[in-house]
Amino acid sequence: MGNWLHTYLLRHLQVFFYSLGQLTRSPLSLLMTSAVIGIALALPTGLHIILKNMQNISGDLDSAAQISLFLKKSTSDAQAQQLIQQLKGMPQIKKINYISREQALQEFKRLSGFGNALKALEKNPLPAVIVVQPSLSQSNALSNTAATQQLLEQLQNKPYVDIAQLDMQWVKRLYTIMDIIRRGVIILSALLALAVLLVIGNTIRLAIQNRRDEIVIIKLIGGTDTFIRRPFLYTGFWYGLFGGLIALLLVMTSLLLLSDPIEALTQSYESRFSMQIIDFNSTVWLIGGSILLGLSGSWVAVERHLREIEPT
Amino acid sequence: MIRFSHASKRYPGGYDALQDINFHLAPGEMAFLTGHSGAGKSTLLKLIALIERASRGQVIVNGQNLAKIPRRKIPYHRRNVGMIFQDHQLLFDRTVFDNVALPLVISGLSHHEIGKKVRASLDKVGLLNKERAYPITLSGGEQQRVGIARAVVNKPPLLLADEPTGNLDPELSREIMSIFEQFSQVGVTVLIASHDIDLITHLPYRVLTLKNARLSNDSGSHSSQTAGQY
Repeated sequence: MGNWLHTYLLRHLQVFFYSLGQLTRSPLSLLMTSAVIGIALALPTGLHIILKNMQNISGDLDSAAQISLFLKKSTSDAQAQQLIQQLKGMPQIKKINYISREQALQEFKRLSGFGNALKALEKNPLPAVIVVQPSLSQSNALSNTAATQQLLEQLQNKPYVDIAQLDMQWVKRLYTIMDIIRRGVIILSALLALAVLLVIGNTIRLAIQNRRDEIVIIKLIGGTDTFIRRPFLYTGFWYGLFGGLIALLLVMTSLLLLSDPIEALTQSYESRFSMQIIDFNSTVWLIGGSILLGLSGSWVAVERHLREIEPT
Repeated sequence: MIRFSHASKRYPGGYDALQDINFHLAPGEMAFLTGHSGAGKSTLLKLIALIERASRGQVIVNGQNLAKIPRRKIPYHRRNVGMIFQDHQLLFDRTVFDNVALPLVISGLSHHEIGKKVRASLDKVGLLNKERAYPITLSGGEQQRVGIARAVVNKPPLLLADEPTGNLDPELSREIMSIFEQFSQVGVTVLIASHDIDLITHLPYRVLTLKNARLSNDSGSHSSQTAGQY
C-alpha cells in the first residue's frame, strides 16, 4: 500500500514536470497564452485593489460624516454636560466631542485670522457645539446613510439643540459610487473569469487535437481516461499559474506607477493615506483563482473532447 | 481463450461486417485469420479488443463476456490483449525504450520494474541495442519489432496482430512470424490477421478464413497440438 502510494505520487510528480517540460518546448506560445490570461485577470484584480484603497480613504472619511449639534446660546455648560451624558447612552453614536463657547471662540480666533474683529464684539457670538460621530458599519454604505439620517432627526429633537447639521451629501455620493464600482468589478471579474476559462479550454482543446494519435495509441494499449486526462489537467494548472503570476506582475507594476501621483493627491487633502499595492490575501486569491480557472478550463475541454477520440 | 458464438457486427448504415461467427481458440493456440480485404478480419480483431462491440451474439475472451464490460473497464481489458498493428502505431517523439515502456507506465509500475521488463522485452525481439533510438531511425522490420515488444511487455495472455507483415519483405515476415511462434510456445494465445497466403500455408497453424463477413473455412483446432511442438 505504501509502495503503491509512493509510485502513484511519483507518477503524478512525473506528469507534473513532464507537462511543464512540454510547455516550455514552445515558450512563445506558453508566454502568449499566459499573457492573455494574465491581462484578463489583472484588470479586475487591479480594480479590486484600487477599490480597497478607496475604502481605506473613506474609512478616514467616517470622521467627516459627523453631525454638529449647535446648542442654544442660553445653554449652560452643566446643561450641555447633561445632554452629553444622555448621548453617550445611545448605541448609534461612536464618539462625542464637546466644544464649549469659549473653546469655539479660541479656535475661531486662531484659525480664522479675524481675532481682532472679534475683540470688537462684546459678547461671544459663537454657540457651543457637540460634535457627534455616528457609528457606521463599513460594509453597507446605503444603510449607513439611512441610519445617519435617522440619527440626525432624533438629535434635532433633543433639548438645548438649536440646529443639528449634517453635511455629508458628498460622502453619501462617494459611498454610492463605490457601491457601483464594487458591483462593476464583480461583473467584470465574472466575465473575465469566463474569458479565461474559454481561453484555457480552447488551448487545451488544441493540445488534445495535436496529440490525437498519441491518445488513440494510449487508449489502444489500455490507458484509462484518468491517465490520459492527467497531463492535460497539469497543463491547465501551469497555464493558470503562469497567467496568475503575469497578472500579479502587471498589477504591481501598474499600481506602483500610479502610487506616487495618488499619494501626492491625497496629501493635498491632508490625508495620511499611503497606497497599498497588493496584500497577501489578494495575492493568494489571485494565484489560487487563476490556477483553479486553469484546472477547470482544461477539465471541461478534456471531458468534452476525450470521448470523441476513440481508436477505430 | 477466445470464443465467438453467433457473433455479428453490423455497422450503422446497415453494412454487415461479420455475420454469425463461431469459433473457439484454446489458450496457447496460435492461429491465422485470413480472407480478402473487406472480408471482416480487422472487425473481428476489433471485437476482441473491444474497439467495436458485437451487434449480436457473444464474444468471450479469457472467460469474460465482452458485452458485460462497461466502457470505463475497457482499458483494463485491453491490458490483457497485446495488439500489433500494420502501421506499428508508435509514438515518434519518444525513444524505443519509452514506447515499449508505455503499457507499464499506464499500469503504474515502478521505475525499476519498468527498466527490467522493457529490456527483457526488447531482448526478445532482438532490439536491446536500440533502446535509445527514435523509431524514425529504424527500418520497417525493426519498427514492427518495437511494436511487438510493446505488445508483450506486460505479458498479456493474448496477442492480436493485424497484418503485422503487411509492409515487410518475405524474409523479414518470416522473422516476425518466428517471434510470434516463440510467444505461442510459452503459452500466449496468438491470433494473426494476414492476407499473405504464401506465408500462412507454409506454417503448420490453424487458419480461419473469412469470406463475405462469414467464416467460410476453419482448418480446425487440431493444429493447436502441433503448435507447441513446432
